[in-house]
Amino acid sequence: MAEDGRKAATDAGSARREPQAEAAELPLLRIDSVVKKFGAFRAVDQLSLDIRAGEFFALLGPSGCGKTTLLRMLAGFETPDEGRILLDGKDIAPVLPHQRPVNMMFQNYALFPHLTVRDNIAFGLKRAGLPRAEIDARVAEMVALVKLEGLAKRKPDQLSGGQRQRVALARSLARRPQLLLLDEPLAALDKKLRESTQLELMEVQRRLGMTFIIVTHDQEEAMTVADRIGVMDSGRLEQVATPRELYEAPSSRRIAEFVGDVNLFDGQVASREAGRVTISTKDAGSIVVAEPRQPITKTTVAVAIRPEKVKLSRRGPVADALSAHAINRLEGVVTDVGYLGGLTTYKVKLDSGAVVRSSMANTARLDMDAYSTSQRVVAWFTPDDCVVLEK
Amino acid sequence: MSGRRIFTRPARSAAIAPYLWMLLFFLVPFGFVLKISLSQAAIAQPPYLPVFDLTQGVASIKAAFAALSSDNFRLLASDDLYVLSYLRSLVVALVSTSILLVIGYPIAYGMARLPKRWQGIAMMLVIVPFWTSFLIRIYAWINILQHDGLLNKILLALHLVSAPVVWLSTDSAMYLGIVYSYLPFMILPLYATLSKMEPALLEAASDLGATPLQAFWRVTFPLSLPGVGAGVLLCFIPIVGEFVIPDLLAGSNSMMIGQTLWLEFFANKDWPVASAAAVVLLMLLVGPLVLYDRLQRRQLENAR
Repeated sequence: MAEDGRKAATDAGSARREPQAEAAELPLLRIDSVVKKFGAFRAVDQLSLDIRAGEFFALLGPSGCGKTTLLRMLAGFETPDEGRILLDGKDIAPVLPHQRPVNMMFQNYALFPHLTVRDNIAFGLKRAGLPRAEIDARVAEMVALVKLEGLAKRKPDQLSGGQRQRVALARSLARRPQLLLLDEPLAALDKKLRESTQLELMEVQRRLGMTFIIVTHDQEEAMTVADRIGVMDSGRLEQVATPRELYEAPSSRRIAEFVGDVNLFDGQVASREAGRVTISTKDAGSIVVAEPRQPITKTTVAVAIRPEKVKLSRRGPVADALSAHAINRLEGVVTDVGYLGGLTTYKVKLDSGAVVRSSMANTARLDMDAYSTSQRVVAWFTPDDCVVLEK
Repeated sequence: MSGRRIFTRPARSAAIAPYLWMLLFFLVPFGFVLKISLSQAAIAQPPYLPVFDLTQGVASIKAAFAALSSDNFRLLASDDLYVLSYLRSLVVALVSTSILLVIGYPIAYGMARLPKRWQGIAMMLVIVPFWTSFLIRIYAWINILQHDGLLNKILLALHLVSAPVVWLSTDSAMYLGIVYSYLPFMILPLYATLSKMEPALLEAASDLGATPLQAFWRVTFPLSLPGVGAGVLLCFIPIVGEFVIPDLLAGSNSMMIGQTLWLEFFANKDWPVASAAAVVLLMLLVGPLVLYDRLQRRQLENAR
């Protein structure tokens, strides 16, 4: 089975490596200032994006942000009003959905209820006019890839949700598309199954070396599976970055808040010296941050600190010594303790009335280090843990 | 225990109700018809022999049973008139149902593809003719099709024909009437299955390389087969026994079994032969009826 997978991978690879003068420096997919309007509503607004061959790309955003519309334009179910979509250097606007070398895995799978698992997977291969023997071989390969052996003769309504999801994946992969689009492929699965399926998706993508674009509203899912994530809002891409960049260096307040939890303090730039910038905030006093690579240009900014970067300590000489090392320290009272097993989240109410959230890993089984409500504590974080947001 | 009984008793009697209905209004009358079909015509009141008379004792009933014979059925098989009537009924039903399917499918398909708010209006348009009596609508067709009717007037005015065309009392007029009358029975079950179909299925088909035509034949049509089956049987079964439309719109040179039956009953006053013809008609339709029942049941199971 591993051999089959490798064979498929080289197939897809050689298809990509075909010499194409113009395409040499182009990415596999280039979306160029694409606009899609529904009446007066701009579902996708002047959006540009390059996707490299072999990449696992996630489009992340709340519902109604235009991510599904963008995906449907790639599949050919919607036509862009403006802009171009280049696949392998060729404009695919005039190419009808059934002629595109692109396949889609639909949100509710859209399996053909009257066909067996085998015939569902073979549907696209038959349309491609492959010889029978090759169809049989390819179906067997796909069935093995998604571990559906023994279920090939079942109809979709005789399968569990997870099994249906696999059939849909196998069906969309069977034609070995240059580009696979996945529209919320795991939304219908329960949490446990979703997590294991995410890993399987990544493994399949790596093994086949295909380019995947997944649409999801679940930021954890996007972070887990994708090489790069494009965060969409109101038809535009807010930030395109690796999961790590997105989390540790969000480009705006909105992204900082959308991807994970965050503490945000509004303030003004007060002073800067030797790579350190002091920002005076209304809620948390002066916060010292490290000067980012792109120097701060505005004076009114926000400081973002992820909860796991905020540590708690008991008051005392050790905590007092922190200030000497230019470490930010805030004093307050614990108002809320949430025990989540692996970690515990705390809410600390500062004297200004603002609340700081902290989460700490429970590295020891006995709760020597735990804090309880109404305990007065010091919350601290280093200048490097802060992100300065200008918008 | 007693609590359980309170719940099961009404449920049990509710389950019996349809069987009681069938017994009272189908099986018992059918028993009468079957009995008459085995009797002989007579100039009497009622116009057949033997008659079961419960007041004359067991011996007379035994004698009456002995007098029953299957002569009428033998007559039906031996006389071309009846055989041809049955054949014509089946052919007319087959041809009409095929025309109905060919016309009804695109209409139902179009209705199911309309925006949701227009679908209700389209449905109304299909049903509204039912608010006028069926007989009046057939007479309206006579008016349109007759020698100096609307159709001929229009054709003459447009100079498409030089003399009035004979429309009325032809098979074409009969087929027109049947198709017109039964169209809703074809459209509604088709529309019901087609409108339930997920649009994403067609997108998936197209995504997997199917042309619109392939997507229709590989996905839409197979998935609409329960609706096709229901529509076909819902039209075919009553058309076989159709009496009014062929009587009013078709010529008099060949008859459907409904007309033959009517003639035997009212003109010839031969109740036994008419009853025998009715029994054979029912036997012919048992097959399609069972098929229809099975389709309905499978659809119910799928819906669950």
